[in-house]
Amino acid sequence: MNLTVQPADLPANSPHEGDHPAAPAPRWVKPYGDTLDDGRVQLSFTLPVALDDVAKEGARRLALAMGLEEPSVAHAEDIGQGFSFFVVYGQCAHRIDLSTVQVARPEFEVLPKERIDALIAERMGRKLVVIGACIETDAHTVGIDAIMNMKGYNGHKGLESYHQIRAINLGAQVDSEVLVARAIEEHADVILVSQVVTQKNIHLDNLTRLADILEAEGLRDKVILVVGGPRISHELAKELGYDAGFGPGSYAEDVASFAIHEWMQRHAA
Amino acid sequence: MAPLQLDAGRIARARDSARRIARQVFDEMNAFTTTTVERATLRLMGIDGIDEHQVPLPNRVVSHLHERGLLAHGAAALVAGAMAQHGLSAQQVAERICAGTLALERPRDERAARRQADAVAQAMCERITARRAERDAQLATLGQGPTPWLYLIVATGNIHEDVKQARAAAQQGADIIAVIRSTGQSLLDYVPYGATTEGFGGTYATQENFRLMRAALDEVGRQVKRYIRLTNYCSGLCMPEIAAMGAMERLDMMLNDSMYGIIFRDINMKRTFIDQFFSRMINGHAGIIINTGEDNYLTTADAYEAAHTVLASQLINEQFAYLSGLTPELMGLGHAFEIHPGMDNGFLWELAHAQLARQVFPEATLKYMPPTKHMTGNIFKGHVQDALFNVVSTLTQQNIHLLGMMTEAIHTPFIQDRFLSIQNARYVFGTMRELHGEIEFKAGGQIEQRAQQVLAQAESMLAEVQRIGLEAAIGRGMFAEISRSATGGKGLDGVVAKADDYFNPFPARMLGGQAERAAA
Repeated sequence: MNLTVQPADLPANSPHEGDHPAAPAPRWVKPYGDTLDDGRVQLSFTLPVALDDVAKEGARRLALAMGLEEPSVAHAEDIGQGFSFFVVYGQCAHRIDLSTVQVARPEFEVLPKERIDALIAERMGRKLVVIGACIETDAHTVGIDAIMNMKGYNGHKGLESYHQIRAINLGAQVDSEVLVARAIEEHADVILVSQVVTQKNIHLDNLTRLADILEAEGLRDKVILVVGGPRISHELAKELGYDAGFGPGSYAEDVASFAIHEWMQRHAA
Repeated sequence: MAPLQLDAGRIARARDSARRIARQVFDEMNAFTTTTVERATLRLMGIDGIDEHQVPLPNRVVSHLHERGLLAHGAAALVAGAMAQHGLSAQQVAERICAGTLALERPRDERAARRQADAVAQAMCERITARRAERDAQLATLGQGPTPWLYLIVATGNIHEDVKQARAAAQQGADIIAVIRSTGQSLLDYVPYGATTEGFGGTYATQENFRLMRAALDEVGRQVKRYIRLTNYCSGLCMPEIAAMGAMERLDMMLNDSMYGIIFRDINMKRTFIDQFFSRMINGHAGIIINTGEDNYLTTADAYEAAHTVLASQLINEQFAYLSGLTPELMGLGHAFEIHPGMDNGFLWELAHAQLARQVFPEATLKYMPPTKHMTGNIFKGHVQDALFNVVSTLTQQNIHLLGMMTEAIHTPFIQDRFLSIQNARYVFGTMRELHGEIEFKAGGQIEQRAQQVLAQAESMLAEVQRIGLEAAIGRGMFAEISRSATGGKGLDGVVAKADDYFNPFPARMLGGQAERAAA
């Protein structure tokens, strides 16, 4: 993480910032409770000890060590088997300059369904083929279904409902080899994978495996490779060698807009 | 709550369609066995353990029989024949097969072999009956929590950590502990062995893990003076084997759906129907409450529009359960609170659906599942969604209440997530304890009309399924909007047509008179 974090007591314009005359004006922020810059935050956690005065004071000191000033333990409760639960409030000592924050995101315009269909018809002259799956051990199809199935999610229709998209949803626990074989068979333009289970970072292994197989098959440059899931960011996706990553709050039109944008980029010549 | 006015004729017609649907599948599938049914049979005969490559001995013996073209006769008499001939235990027979010092063949004296197999089966059935009696005795001395029972999941991947979390959960008020399985186990065509400490999104279901958790829950149950029920997952490619292991280790509940594997795990239909019959039979004999998976339909289909598919599936699951000898109180028919929170009057429809299930299955041990699909990273709103779910559960007197977690959309629960969830449910259940007896549904009101509508839709759906057959109905995606074909999916290679002289000693012993009633 390259976030510029500064304790609040440093002057806002420290000398080295003057070395970059083109730098945008700083935009310092810190958490807001009920007054600007009060820095108020809440957090809750469990300590693996039974509740007593020592545990409670320990929780407060832990909050201090986390950078919270004047921490107070609003609630402490013994939750059995030698565990205690705390709700703590405090004032965050840090602040951040938003002008220095850069977020990786795919560069494309999100279009409505009709425009996407029209664009595919006009530029591709055939249907865009999207093949999707939850790969390897992942059995949780809620994400891939939300993007691909007719019904979609939250009133956003899924890819199956697009006239110019052939959407093939292979569902849960699809081996990477099976997905790649089907992608070849169906002449897929886009491979869309979902990873929901992230315990012990298994999703990273799964995603890397798929990317490696595509590379080995000489297909990596021929398909648009996209991943989605609750713990997926575009930045992470790029690191893993994917073309785009979609996190929570993404809908079919986001994925479809990216796909046709990327296809046009690749076929610009 | 004073019941909704429902058309009893409609319920009877829907139930009759479901009975015919299940019966047709049962009759067609009765001509087949599967590799895992035979492995379960061997486990019940006492074969356990693994070879030097971690392959379970039941798999080795079944492969051996398969290679020799003998599996169609049923593994039981073949192994029993070798037991009688060589004076060995079933385990010793398996060990010698693995060592290559014994090859199974048709018994010289088929009748003696069958007698031997039946004697082994009798001993196992008595052992399972004794475990069932142990449960009854503990329930009598310790008692149990009031319904809705609080059902909590542990899923660390490490059985020893699971034990810690389960103890904490029981102490906080859980009545039921479910150890979720490692993701992917449902597609393993064998059951892992021994205590396991590595899993993804859950912990492997092994007999040793069952034993460790059972012992821990018995111990904490004595401390909290409440019997704590243990649940695992009797689904996937090894359904009957998991049932056998659970029966031996006194599990109390098993997730065990007749169609879940087909629809959500792309397991072959034939394989699933055959396996579910045998596994349910074992569960019934062991007094294990099955939990069906209708809640899952609503994670893919819309909870309002597809409400009738849940009722239709519950009726089918009920009839399959009767065929396997289960009594209604062992039927944990599933449904869920999954209507979009933004829908106007969504709470009324949840109430209608839950009350409908209660009235159509008055004796069943209904299992009610919390919101998952519309849970977000906003844990504060999620906690409110869960509270509303808790309200419906107590008002409609559900039995098994899977606790919602406010962090549902984020991670496997932290220890404090479980604590807060139990606190939420106990608060709602306590403060509304007798509310259900104090209020009535308005006759002809919106809730009643909605329940009648869902019932009517379920009735016509079941009539259609009866007309085209369950296989075709699944092919058309009538459940969960997912389509599966009869010849597709995993595990079809493990389906074996029974020879005319196929023999298995367990159905006669486990079903007893119920088999005849089911066959009538």
